[in-house]
Amino acid sequence: MDYNKILSKKITQIKPSGIRKFFDIAEQMSGVISLGVGEPDFKTPYNIRQEAISVLEAGRTKYTSNAGLIELRKEICKYLERKNNLKYDPAHQVVVTVGGSEAIDLCVRAIIGNGDEVIIPEPSFVCYSPIVTLAGGVSVPIRMKAENEFRLTAEELKEKITDKTKLLILPFPNNPTGAIMEKEDLEKIAKVLEGTDIMVLSDEIYSELTYGKKHVSIAEIDGMYERTIVINGFSKAFAMTGWRLGFAVGAAPIIEQMTKIHQFGIMSSPTVSQYAAIEALRNGEESIVSMRKEYDMRRRYLVDAFNKMGLECFEPLGAFYIFPSIKSTKLSSNDFCEKLLYSQKVAVVPGDAFGESGEGHIRISYAYSINHLMEAVKRIDRFINSL
Amino acid sequence: MDRLLTLLQQNARISTKQLAVMLETTEQEVIEQIEKYEADGIIKGYTAVINREKADKNYVAAIIELKVTPKTDFGFDEIAKKITEYDEVESVYLMSGGYDLAVIVTGQNFKDIAMFVAKRLSLLDSVVSTATHFLLTRYKDRGIIMSNEEKDERSILF
Repeated sequence: MDYNKILSKKITQIKPSGIRKFFDIAEQMSGVISLGVGEPDFKTPYNIRQEAISVLEAGRTKYTSNAGLIELRKEICKYLERKNNLKYDPAHQVVVTVGGSEAIDLCVRAIIGNGDEVIIPEPSFVCYSPIVTLAGGVSVPIRMKAENEFRLTAEELKEKITDKTKLLILPFPNNPTGAIMEKEDLEKIAKVLEGTDIMVLSDEIYSELTYGKKHVSIAEIDGMYERTIVINGFSKAFAMTGWRLGFAVGAAPIIEQMTKIHQFGIMSSPTVSQYAAIEALRNGEESIVSMRKEYDMRRRYLVDAFNKMGLECFEPLGAFYIFPSIKSTKLSSNDFCEKLLYSQKVAVVPGDAFGESGEGHIRISYAYSINHLMEAVKRIDRFINSL
Repeated sequence: MDRLLTLLQQNARISTKQLAVMLETTEQEVIEQIEKYEADGIIKGYTAVINREKADKNYVAAIIELKVTPKTDFGFDEIAKKITEYDEVESVYLMSGGYDLAVIVTGQNFKDIAMFVAKRLSLLDSVVSTATHFLLTRYKDRGIIMSNEEKDERSILF
């Protein structure tokens, strides 16, 4: 059978991530140390795991309501009010999803139809553009700039808005750059959107991981609440990646449609994870603070070490990545990563994997122990000196 | 515990310069703080965590449980102190529960240790009884996993 004839063109034309192949090679080599992963190195805090065990022992393993356990939705609303002074109605404005990723998919599918344009600032998380394509939309990338520390500017946004623009994706704190948007930055973006019908998908999955500056949601800015879908989840803040749990909050008519898609595609998010998430929101603050402190220490160490090596690196104030420039080596991102892997056995991700404007940079994850990072830095330093 | 101490406990070879960067302070302050910890006896020393079984084929360790009669006025301190003075003794702890002192003893072979217990420890005045447990495999020591098989299970990159 010729499966190419059978498969949908829309699917087959989406390029698979090239970087996966590279890391598969790295996995086959021995003695490689990676700075590649995008998930916490911490275990899920003990009290959260314990709660899940109790739930299993009690046999509470049925479906939940489509939108998620009402207790969890209530806790999510309390959490957002506590953190960002955002008020949502747990009954109509929250849907609990299979990770932040599903929430992104739901939001795009609920809003985007054939030919609608979605503005995607890059470099950013790799899933936005394929999801937009699947929904029949058109991705309009914005190339954010190193000189702005990879923050989105009003001018860059204005340039890309057309009659067809329906959605802006706002991915901050940002993977892969570690950039954040402060209140003043967001206010400028809000000004541009004022009076339009453009919605914002604010992907705030790294909101708990900011350093020295409190995370601000664009939904807090005047006039933005009604046009913003806030997406967040438990993966990064509570080191719960494998539990697959996230959520979206926003205007009731949109959440209602998102919940409908969720109902048909997923039914309800994992029940055990939902109970564990209630525990996370009620008694997880201490763990967040201690993990954040640990990340911050590693971040300081790396920024300093890379600048000393001559790989210039702005100070990223969020997530757990640094995004140093490798332009001083005159190598492309890809060549740099390949040479580094083969000569010193360190695996890092080339910046252009996250969009063209990431070229000339590499992404370094600091979801690793300090000893691991120090060994990696030693090897990278050796590599730079051998060029 | 102080973050500086936590870091040093994880890796005592991080330079004071690097510590200063990580802790958002100056190198001078780190140096002074470490000196203070040393002077106050909070930091008692710096040693490498060695996989002794691998470094030295002739190496045996044992944990010895001691029951002792405490002395009036001195309690357990006197006997404990006496035991710490032997070079063969690596650690001495006062324990709660079924026995009083836990003594970690190292030697070249089983006989060394057996002789040490028979000829030295059990002859001490206040020692009532001993039980010797030989250490067979060290899986984790002072927070460090001894095998090299630890694998990072994470594979998702984005």
